Amino acid sequence: MASPTKTSTDEFIKGLWRENPVFVQVLGMCPVLAVSNTALNALAMGLATAFVLIMSNIVVSSLRNFIPKQVRIATYILIIATFVTVVDYVIQAVSLDLYKALGAFISLIVVNCLILGRAEAFASKNTVGQSMMDGLGMGIGFAFALFCLGAVREILGAGSLFDVQLFHDTFQDWVVMILPSGGFFTLAGWLLLFNWLKQRKERKAKTAALALGGEVA
Amino acid sequence: MPSESLWTIFINASLVNNFVLAYFLGICPFLGVSAKLETATRMGGAVTFVMLVSSICAFGIQLLLVAIDAPYLKLISFIAVIASTVQLVEMIIKKVSPALFRALGIFLPLITTNCAILGLALFQTNKGYSFVQCIVYALGAGAGFTLALVLMAGLREKLELAEVPDVTKGTAMALMIAGLLSVTFMGFGGLGG
Repeated sequence: MASPTKTSTDEFIKGLWRENPVFVQVLGMCPVLAVSNTALNALAMGLATAFVLIMSNIVVSSLRNFIPKQVRIATYILIIATFVTVVDYVIQAVSLDLYKALGAFISLIVVNCLILGRAEAFASKNTVGQSMMDGLGMGIGFAFALFCLGAVREILGAGSLFDVQLFHDTFQDWVVMILPSGGFFTLAGWLLLFNWLKQRKERKAKTAALALGGEVA
Repeated sequence: MPSESLWTIFINASLVNNFVLAYFLGICPFLGVSAKLETATRMGGAVTFVMLVSSICAFGIQLLLVAIDAPYLKLISFIAVIASTVQLVEMIIKKVSPALFRALGIFLPLITTNCAILGLALFQTNKGYSFVQCIVYALGAGAGFTLALVLMAGLREKLELAEVPDVTKGTAMALMIAGLLSVTFMGFGGLGG
């Protein structure tokens, strides 16, 4: 029983970091950029997407032997659309302010390529348990990435985090960060950081290999 | 809202509230197929066409859903109709003009998951546009999408020749250019009311 547990944990971890949907795979960009203007919006959007992702992964995976190959994409989209409608109505019931802030982007979770991508690439080939863990990992990774973006944009653009003022009154807001272009810039910044980390790791590995080779010679 | 003039709607959808640069809709194809000018133009054309067809379909569905009092089916029926429209368009183009079909290639099926199309259908219902307004809105959105895609492709083609630091290569650079383009488009704010 040890190995399946380990695999599920692996599925969970990979979505969080190594294959993070936003920073590494660059999937599902539209909501990432559009609703990350405050940390709260970003987190709510991330959680909503994570929920849809987990549920659709579970359903797709449990129905994977019944869905004919030819119509699978259409079927996946209908399954996803069902859960998105649920989320849409739940958010509307819980907080009308949030619903207004997120606007049409809740409905647009349907066409988030991340969800369809996971259904096609993972849930249609794996067991329910693994698919659930995959959805959980990817979903939390997505929410985490959204939060990273939202937090940076809110701190720089409004000088606050979760509506709590962080700086002294003299802080000049970087209005551009709240505007659409700020989304592009912030995401570019995060991607730069990740690229840099990756390159540094590769360089280190290379120098280590070289040093080892030198000793052998 | 529904009393807006057609010209205002067109300018709004294409420039002021550009679908790509202000609403962040259709970012995936925007980043994916904007490396070459030629493919960008074709993709823009295909998207505009599908937008127009699905906008008309969405208008009809909305009327039907209101008539049978089932608004919660909106999302599911929109996406189903868009997916089948894309399929239909694909089949028609294949039959009528195989050359165009080969030229568009993989882009046609990809349009299904383009959020700009679904976004357009949702926005036009939220705004309560009339039939003619819907068509103009779809044309404007398509024109805006094509414009953004072509501009981006032009910039990226030039950038191929430039020396940039290793770290910024790829998506990071594309995003920075998109950010600058988005700042530029903010200059259109106030146009068309």
